[in-house]
Amino acid sequence: MSELVGFINLYLIPGLTIGSVYALGAVGISMIFGILRFAHFAHGDLMTIGGYGVLTAVWLLPLHPLLLLPFGIALAIVSALAVDRFFYQPLRQLPTIYTVIASFGVALIFRSLTQLFWSSGNQVFIPGVRPPVILFDTFRFSALHAQVIVLTIIIAILLHLFLSRSQMGRSMRAVADEPELAAVAGLDTEKVVRWTWIIGASLAAIAGVFAGMDTSMHPNLGWNLLLPMFAAAILGGIGKPMGAMAGGLIIGLAEELATYPWIGSDPFISPSYKSAVAFTIMVVLLIFRPQGLFKGRLL
Amino acid sequence: MLLQVRGLTAGYGGAAIIEDIDLDLAENEISVIIGPNGAGKSTLLKTIFALTKTLGGSIRFRDREITGLKTDQLVPLGISAVPQSRNVFPSLTVAENLDVGTYAHPPADKVAVRARILELFPDLRDKLNQPAGELSGGQRQMVAMGRALMSEPSLLLLDEPTAGLSPAYLEKIFDLLLNIRANGVTILMVEQNAKQALRIADTAHVLVNGRNFVSGTGAQLLQDDEVRRSFLGGVAP
Repeated sequence: MSELVGFINLYLIPGLTIGSVYALGAVGISMIFGILRFAHFAHGDLMTIGGYGVLTAVWLLPLHPLLLLPFGIALAIVSALAVDRFFYQPLRQLPTIYTVIASFGVALIFRSLTQLFWSSGNQVFIPGVRPPVILFDTFRFSALHAQVIVLTIIIAILLHLFLSRSQMGRSMRAVADEPELAAVAGLDTEKVVRWTWIIGASLAAIAGVFAGMDTSMHPNLGWNLLLPMFAAAILGGIGKPMGAMAGGLIIGLAEELATYPWIGSDPFISPSYKSAVAFTIMVVLLIFRPQGLFKGRLL
Repeated sequence: MLLQVRGLTAGYGGAAIIEDIDLDLAENEISVIIGPNGAGKSTLLKTIFALTKTLGGSIRFRDREITGLKTDQLVPLGISAVPQSRNVFPSLTVAENLDVGTYAHPPADKVAVRARILELFPDLRDKLNQPAGELSGGQRQMVAMGRALMSEPSLLLLDEPTAGLSPAYLEKIFDLLLNIRANGVTILMVEQNAKQALRIADTAHVLVNGRNFVSGTGAQLLQDDEVRRSFLGGVAP
């Protein structure tokens, strides 16, 4: 019994937490790939910008960081729409490799700007030690982890409803399916693109705040998470947001569970090699199942 | 005149594929464009629907100049189109495909329009929740036409609606076209099955090398010796 409780407290909940961060980031990567057809390498840095947006709001308003999420979301949306307008849109008619390279440049710009405005050091949202939540005298976990997991579940449900029920969600799936037919049907493709950025940037900002609150804010926060997020997007089948959500949770869990002492009393994989798990999953997938785990296109 | 095309020249990257095309389309008629491969038939349809760049000439719809308008501006005016291939959204269900047809120009009564379209295409009724990508070619063509009709167009442009379909479906689609016309929709279509198409067509236009070759009623062209020899395999109608 105590072993199971320890497994849940120390591996399962932290795994789902980091998985949620990956999931929220991977959704944007997956949707941008589905609709704009390019790998957005500045997505991690968009997370960082969202995180700093909330950090700044915390300095100005004495509220809990999660209540100030709209500030980070707004900053990330404005940043994403601006780079799309000035860097990506002019390249839209060219082969997508131009946009991919441009997104590398944008990633560098984002990171340099965050260093310029917020310095390159580590900063925390709430100083001091936070006591864990204790449930039934057995389960001990941080309140943040519970908040992250619950919020991610709510976001996943809302995203699913948006994509399947709303006119804009269906338009996005239509453009991802057959962009030329979407134009023939008279859909406003640029509006669909704007909404893709709005949703991708919003979820990236939320993921950035979650990651920053779990550890600390620093300019490389998002960039360091890019590899597992891409692995999650590929695992879910690139272009499928709900697949990316599942992929993120799977990668996060796999990373944490790989350090569980499955055999003997030592961690199965040393925690310092944790990040290699996502990389390994991505390599194996690209070799054996590049279309991802799930069937279908954008849902 | 519902549609009036004058001296239309269009193509890709500055090179003209169709040149100096004239075409008149009266309200509530079925008009067919036929001609050899590469004659520019599809390009003519695409140019009318603003999917190919117009290099010269004019297009008027209901006595309004529409040259230079974009596709998403043409749909609200009452023009819809069905491309030849990739004409459904495969991962969207049939119901969602139909729904997407209303986004550019929402009809006043969406439910009534959908009911009328399902009356036209009863085959789709029990497929509404199935992804369109799982349907047969003929069923997809129905979904595609249904989607185009959801915006209640007065002009429907069809690019080879029977391409790749079995003979049984071919008859079905031609019957459907007559039903669609009976619902007050004018049809301009490109068709490879020239003989069958000319039988249901009120007017027809033969395009050769991107230019008008001959125009007339469907019956006239079916009787025309040169058209018969060149485009109908030389057999009697």
